[in-house]
Amino acid sequence: MIRILAAIVAGVLLGGIIHLVSVLAMPTIATKNAYERLTPLTKVNTMTALPLATPDQSAIPFMDPAFAAAACRYDLSNGPIKLSVPVSQSYTSVSFYTDDEIAYYAINDRSAGRKVIELDLMTDEQHENVPKDEEVTAADRLIIDSPSTTGLILVRALAAEPGLMAQAQAALASATCRLETEPISAKR
Amino acid sequence: MRLILLTLLTLGLATGIGLGATWMTATRGVDVGTVTVGAWTARPQSGTSNIDPYARAAISRSGELPLGLGDGVAFRADRDDSGRPLDGRCDVTVSGTTPAARFWTLTLHDSKGYLVANALQRYGFTSQEVLRRGDGSFEIHIAPRARSGNWLPTGGIEHYILALRFYDTPVGGVSTRNQRDLPMPTIKQVACR
Repeated sequence: MIRILAAIVAGVLLGGIIHLVSVLAMPTIATKNAYERLTPLTKVNTMTALPLATPDQSAIPFMDPAFAAAACRYDLSNGPIKLSVPVSQSYTSVSFYTDDEIAYYAINDRSAGRKVIELDLMTDEQHENVPKDEEVTAADRLIIDSPSTTGLILVRALAAEPGLMAQAQAALASATCRLETEPISAKR
Repeated sequence: MRLILLTLLTLGLATGIGLGATWMTATRGVDVGTVTVGAWTARPQSGTSNIDPYARAAISRSGELPLGLGDGVAFRADRDDSGRPLDGRCDVTVSGTTPAARFWTLTLHDSKGYLVANALQRYGFTSQEVLRRGDGSFEIHIAPRARSGNWLPTGGIEHYILALRFYDTPVGGVSTRNQRDLPMPTIKQVACR
């Protein structure tokens, strides 16, 4: 009797461990996560417009159909990238995700406070190599630290009415995401 | 013999409990950092680096991207105010006012997060296009057949989820204590056929 009880207790404890491990492992073992879904639709370090969500197709589930969206799948192993997003008429946002979907940073047109949202995305290590004085003189330049080398940038523009969708898409069409070719210190 | 049986019992229990609990939490979610107002729930911390492991598991399983907190907050409801599942064959009204936000959108998704086909190609309303009463409040009719005013078609599907997303909003950013008083719209199932 004692042995059966002991076996049950051990089973419950082991079950708890299995539960915790599988919850923590889920982001790495899930194969249909957003990053995997967007990989075939996007190019590395290039802004790609995502198709509008319709009942027949949706790049990822739970997309807001009132928004035009574009994504940049980034890889910082060859250096930082530069992002430039012109704001649309009503509302524009830029969200940053690691390759396992942690939304580590998001900004909207109003908090950016200008007509074009311009950001530099780099790893912590690349940020350390930015000359300190350069960082001070370019105080208006926004530097975002990416916790991972690869990830996703999602840029979205709201079409507050269906008739404004073409405008929102046009605004995103001129959004760019590219490798910073020359070293940062060479700029201005 | 007995030892083998006991070991099997232990391992069987462990597998059942462990994977069962993971499946439950990944599909239904856990109330960690959840803001619940009426039938609406949101997890503002899912849009930050402070996301909890359960929310991460649920997100990687469903394949969505959480709304970054610097962008907005997404509330969802799959039941009405009295706890009945939202049924696309019934008439449902969503009415009232919303918390402060520069924009909001209300969208109807199927249980997997996709849009529902309808002849109008209307999948939701934005704060700008919804028709309001004189006092600024609104009433949206979610029904399988055409209704006057703000009609959101259900396509007659059995079960759907409403997503109410607030953009550029203080909701979710401040302490969660006073968030129970958020002026969220009510969800009422009026009639079923």
